[in-house]
Amino acid sequence: MRTTHARMTFVAALALAAACGKKAPPEQPTPQPAPTTTADDAAARARARQDSIDAANRAKADAEARARAAAEEAARHLASLRETIGAMIHFDFDKSDIHPEDEALLDQKAAILNANPALRLRIGGHCDERGSDEYNMALGNRRAAAAKRYLVNKGVGADRLDVVSFGEERPLDPGHDETAWAKNRRDEFEILAGGDNLVAPR
Amino acid sequence: MRCSAIVLGLLLLPLVARAQDTTRAIDRGVRVGITYTPGMRPSIMVLPAPALDSVRAIILRDLDYSDRFDVIGVPNTVASPARGGQQGATTALNYALYRTFGANYGVEIAPSGREIVVRLHDLNLGAMKQEAHAAIPDPGTPGFRMAVHQMSDQIVRWVTGTSGVAATQLLYISNKRVYRIDSDGENAVAITGETEEPLSPAWSPDGRRIAYTQFTAGKGPIVVLTLATGQRTIVPSTGKDLNITPVFAPDGRTLAFARVTEEGTDIYSADIADACCVQRLTVGRFADNLSPTYSPDGRRIAFVSTRAGLPQIYVMATDGTDQELFAPFDYGVTGSSNAPDWSPDGTSVVFHREVSRSPQLFILDVASGRVRQLTSTGRNEDATWAPDGRHLAFVSDRSGRRLLWVIDVETGRIRQLTTSAAARLPAWSRGSPGSMPGPR
Repeated sequence: MRTTHARMTFVAALALAAACGKKAPPEQPTPQPAPTTTADDAAARARARQDSIDAANRAKADAEARARAAAEEAARHLASLRETIGAMIHFDFDKSDIHPEDEALLDQKAAILNANPALRLRIGGHCDERGSDEYNMALGNRRAAAAKRYLVNKGVGADRLDVVSFGEERPLDPGHDETAWAKNRRDEFEILAGGDNLVAPR
Repeated sequence: MRCSAIVLGLLLLPLVARAQDTTRAIDRGVRVGITYTPGMRPSIMVLPAPALDSVRAIILRDLDYSDRFDVIGVPNTVASPARGGQQGATTALNYALYRTFGANYGVEIAPSGREIVVRLHDLNLGAMKQEAHAAIPDPGTPGFRMAVHQMSDQIVRWVTGTSGVAATQLLYISNKRVYRIDSDGENAVAITGETEEPLSPAWSPDGRRIAYTQFTAGKGPIVVLTLATGQRTIVPSTGKDLNITPVFAPDGRTLAFARVTEEGTDIYSADIADACCVQRLTVGRFADNLSPTYSPDGRRIAFVSTRAGLPQIYVMATDGTDQELFAPFDYGVTGSSNAPDWSPDGTSVVFHREVSRSPQLFILDVASGRVRQLTSTGRNEDATWAPDGRHLAFVSDRSGRRLLWVIDVETGRIRQLTTSAAARLPAWSRGSPGSMPGPR
């Protein structure tokens, strides 16, 4: 009983749909003058298609270039921050006092460290080949500790700065003259952690 | 006339400056003494020993390096020991013949069964003074040279009452390895591998162990290495931070060293026999205290401190009390002083001090507190006493590169110990290697 009723409803719906189809036939395109040639028509269609492909490609390339530029800019920015962090400071013979001209650099380092709380550094103190080999271990340590004290005074947490000494064991310049010695009396700053993404200090 | 005198003076200046160096080089090899003069060193000759040429050559050089004799060459015409019949004994020599060469003593070496017999003859008295037998390994085998060196030291003891230092060895650093070398510059061998970066090697009193800093990326523990077994142990409390300048106390169980931390560098001692009892001896508060060296009685430690600015030499009791200045200096004038080493006889401490920005060796006389300069040519640093208390090995660049040299502080005679790769941080053993065979 119920099944018969359902079937009848279905048939009626089909009939209605057929009637509607007849009453509203699909709209036909307005008749156009006959194309001069079928070849021209094909070329135009191909051109249009190509134009849209080109436009899409251009848009994609532009977007990629913008992304690339942004990435490069970000990388440049990161590199610049890392370069500032890694820049060395130098010392007078047998001295561990921070040069006044190195203070601006240390201030920049402190600002970057304060803007990036995950950043941790190892400060390595180095000496020139003069002076006692063994005493230079203590002197290199004093040089590294001097830079750490400066940064801690600028608000950097002491636990984020590791201090080590290399004495005269790792000369940058193997020469035996004042130029080489001046280069070798230095603190190096090595990123231990948190250096993959750095934000610039505000 | 006046002008030429000035020119002459200028020409002589470099010669005069050179002559001031107390460390004049003296030719290697055998020198021929002319006549015996009272107050001079005794002269000695080693008689030809046809079957024992290599033994004789080593003894000759050892006696020369002892700096206690004028070693007299034997003319080629005297091929083998000339016997004389005065005493009717086989040990008697033709003393009259040897006296003509000007020697006070004659050393005779000869095969004796499987051993070698060595005899000391007093040529003036015309009598044999001493005789000893020794088992000497075959030339070229391990232990041969050291066994001969021990014979040489025996000869020195017979004549002077004090042992020579031929049968001793030194440690030093070259190409990031600890090397050990015989006192005559032979048998240099690396005793640490290529993976370590050792610094400041030091001998135990018995010569069976060494201690050194195992430097790693700006930090480093103190390692004690037992030479015979290769066993390494880390000195208690030195597992982190940077720990430098280890030195054994004369008791062989206590080790002193300096620990480098952010607060400065300070001296500690530890009991390495029981791996305990780490004791802090200095409290620097941002000053540096390092390079401890024990007095031979084990009661005091000389060390370097920057408490007055530049590093200078201080002394304290081994518990860290009674700290005071040891080597006097003029504040603001005297240069940095470093690397003290207390002599085995306790009478002096050698160290190096900057003079015109060049380190030179100085000796502090412990009793008087007076200091004298020992060297003036080139850079001379990191001296270490031989067990005889009169020879020092040190680092010098006088030949161009940093190499090891030996100076006899009594005569000023100097010789080169190493010739090849750059060498530094030498440490002279306190005695002869315990395992070596020697004269009975």
